[in-house]
Amino acid sequence: MSKPTSNKSALREFAANLLMAPATIWRAAFRTGSPTTDRTRSEFVFNNIFLHIHAVRTHRWSLRWTTTLGLGIAAAAAFLITVVTGILLMFYYKPYPDVAYESVKDIHFVVPTGRFIRNLHRWAANLMVVAVILHMARAFYTAAYRKPREFNWLVGLGLFVTTLGLSFTGYLLPWDQLAYWAITIGANIAQSPREVTDAIGVTEYFDPGGFQRQLLLGSDVVGEEALIRFYLLHVMILPLVLGTLLAVHIWRVRKDGGLVRPADADERLGPPSKEVYPVFTEAPAKTYHLAAIVKGRSSAVGRGPENTVPSMPHLFYAELGALMVTVLICLALALVSNAPLKELANPDVPENPAKAPWYFLGLQELVSYSAFMGGVGLPAIVLLGLGLIPFLDREQEGTGEWFGGPGGKSLVARATIVGLVAVVGIETFAIRFGWVREWFPVAPQLVITFINPGTMIALVYALYSLWVVRRYDSIRAGALGLFTCFLCGFVVLTVIGMYFRGPNWEFYWSTSDWPMH
Amino acid sequence: MTDLTLPSPLDGNRAGSRLDPEPVPRRDVLGLASLCAAGSALLFATFGMMRLPKAAVLSSPSKKFRVTLPESLAPGQAFEPPGRAVVIFQDQEGVYAISRICTHLGCIIRTTGDVFECPCHGSRFAADGTVTKGPAPQPLPWFKVTRVGGDYVVDENETVLAGTKEPA
Repeated sequence: MSKPTSNKSALREFAANLLMAPATIWRAAFRTGSPTTDRTRSEFVFNNIFLHIHAVRTHRWSLRWTTTLGLGIAAAAAFLITVVTGILLMFYYKPYPDVAYESVKDIHFVVPTGRFIRNLHRWAANLMVVAVILHMARAFYTAAYRKPREFNWLVGLGLFVTTLGLSFTGYLLPWDQLAYWAITIGANIAQSPREVTDAIGVTEYFDPGGFQRQLLLGSDVVGEEALIRFYLLHVMILPLVLGTLLAVHIWRVRKDGGLVRPADADERLGPPSKEVYPVFTEAPAKTYHLAAIVKGRSSAVGRGPENTVPSMPHLFYAELGALMVTVLICLALALVSNAPLKELANPDVPENPAKAPWYFLGLQELVSYSAFMGGVGLPAIVLLGLGLIPFLDREQEGTGEWFGGPGGKSLVARATIVGLVAVVGIETFAIRFGWVREWFPVAPQLVITFINPGTMIALVYALYSLWVVRRYDSIRAGALGLFTCFLCGFVVLTVIGMYFRGPNWEFYWSTSDWPMH
Repeated sequence: MTDLTLPSPLDGNRAGSRLDPEPVPRRDVLGLASLCAAGSALLFATFGMMRLPKAAVLSSPSKKFRVTLPESLAPGQAFEPPGRAVVIFQDQEGVYAISRICTHLGCIIRTTGDVFECPCHGSRFAADGTVTKGPAPQPLPWFKVTRVGGDYVVDENETVLAGTKEPA
C-alpha cells in the first residue's frame, strides 16, 4: 500500500473514472463486447443467461420455413402476450363473487385501453391453444418425438395440459353466467369418477371424484372459495408451472441436438453459401482427450458444426419474425372482436345451452353421453396414448420428414377419411336414433358409461390403427393412423358442439332453428 | 468397460477409468443417513403443506330451510322456493321435495309439465325423478320434509327413498 503522492492526481483519477463509469458499467455487464463477428456473437449468446437457452449455432435445416412453421415460437409468443396483458388486468381485477363481475365490467367500459387489453389477453390465450395443438401435430407428423427427443415430447404434453388448465381457470374469473356454468360443469366433471364408484357401490369408502371436486372448489358449491382458488391457479400456480416446463422444453431442444432433421439433411441442403464463415479454418492443434468425458448419450457428441450458422442473428431473426406475426394476429383479432361478458352469474338459472370454451366443446359433446368417459376416461386414454408414442415407435424411417414413415402421406389421407367417416357416422346414428338409455331405460349405468358413442369412436380408431400396424408392419404407421383419426375426431366433435348443439344440447342444423325461451 | 478408457500414468495397474462411478467409501454411512433424514423431512413437510388446501370447514350455505307453501298450490303443481335448487309438490298423500340439481354435471333442471329437463346435456327425468333420457347416471334424490306448524322444513343433506311423503 503506497500513499498517494498527491491529492491532485487522485482527484484527477476520480474525475476520469467518473467520466468512464458508463462505459465501465456496460463492459462489466457485457464482457464480450459488441457482437460484430461470428466469434463475439457466439460468445454473446453463450454468456447471456437468457440467450444461452439456444445453442450458439443453428443447423440450416432448422431455419427452413417448412421445418416448424414457427408454431412453437408462436405458442411461446402467445404465452408472453398473455403474461404481459394478464399482469395489466390484475391492476383492476378483484377476485370476489359479484365484485369480480363489476371489476371486469369496469375493465371493459371504464379503464383506459382496458377493453383492448382484455381482448388481447383473450385472443392470445385462444391463439396459444391453437398453436400448441398445431405444434404438437407438427412434432408428431415429423416424428420429432423419437430418440433422443422422447422426454421433450412428454414435457410438451405437460405444457399442453397446463395450457388447457390456464384457459379453463381463466374462464371463471369474469363471474358471469358463461363462467359460472362452465365451471359448475367442469367441477362436476372432476367429480365424475363417482359415476363409476356409485355404479359399483363403493363411493362411501373410495371417492376420488368428490375429493377432486372439493379440492377444486374448496366448498360444496361454486362460490367465493372456488373463485379465489381458480384465481390463484390462474395467476400464480399454473403460470409458474408453465414457465418452468417451457424453460425445460426449450433447453431440451438445444440439448437434444436442435430441431429434428432427416438423416440426409446435409446432402439435401448442399454446401453452405459463401457468406457462411466456416467453423474450422485450420486443422485443430490440440488433442481432444478431454472430449472423452462427453461420451454418453448427449446428442452433440460425434457431430461437427458443419452446415450450421450462428444463432445470432439467423435464428433470432426467425424467432422475432414469428413473435411479430403472433402479435400482429392478436392485435388484429383484438381490434375486431370483443371478449364476451354475459350477465352476472346466477346460480338458479343455467345458461341454455351452457357451452364451454371452444376447445372443450368436443369433450362436452362426449360428456353429453357419459360424464366420466367423456370428461375423464377418454381424455386420460388419449393422454396416455400420446405419452407412450415415443416409447412404442422406436423405428427410424422418416424421422424429420413431414408425414414420414411407412405409408406416409397417402396413409394420412386415408386415415383422415376413416377418422371423419367414423366420427360423423357414429354421431349421426346417435343423434338420429338415440342410444342405449332411449332403447332400454333400465339399462345399468356401467353399460351407459362404457358403451356410448364416445367409446365407440375411440374403439373404431383403435381397431383401425391396429389393422394399419399389421398392414404396413410398422408401429409408426399405426401411430400415424391413430393420431390422424383422433385429430379428425377432435375437430368434428368440436364443430358439432360449437355449431349444431342448441338448448338442452339438442341437435339443430342452425342457430336460427333454436326455440325461443 | 467402455472403449474410451484412457491409460493414465496415475492408474498404475488399477483397472477402471474415470468414467466409472467412484466407489462409496465404507465410512459414509453417517453421510448417507443424514441425506435420507433430510430427504424424508422435506418429503414429510411437503405432504404436510399439501394438507392445507383441503378445507376442513366448507363455507357452503345452510342446506336446511323452512318454506311456506302457497295456498293456491294445486296437486302436482311444481313449487320452486326462491334461491333453492329444490322443487316441492303437494298431493293427497302429502308433501315431498325433489332436488333440481342434475345428477349428470350439476346444472339446474327445469320443470316442464310433469317432466324435468336439464338444459346442459339434455337429460330428462320422470315426475318421480327417475332418468328417462340422456347421460344422467342417477335419479334425482328426494329430500326429507318435516312438517313444522303450518310450514315445512326441507333438509337437502338428508335424502329419503323416492315416494316418501310428509302427510299434510
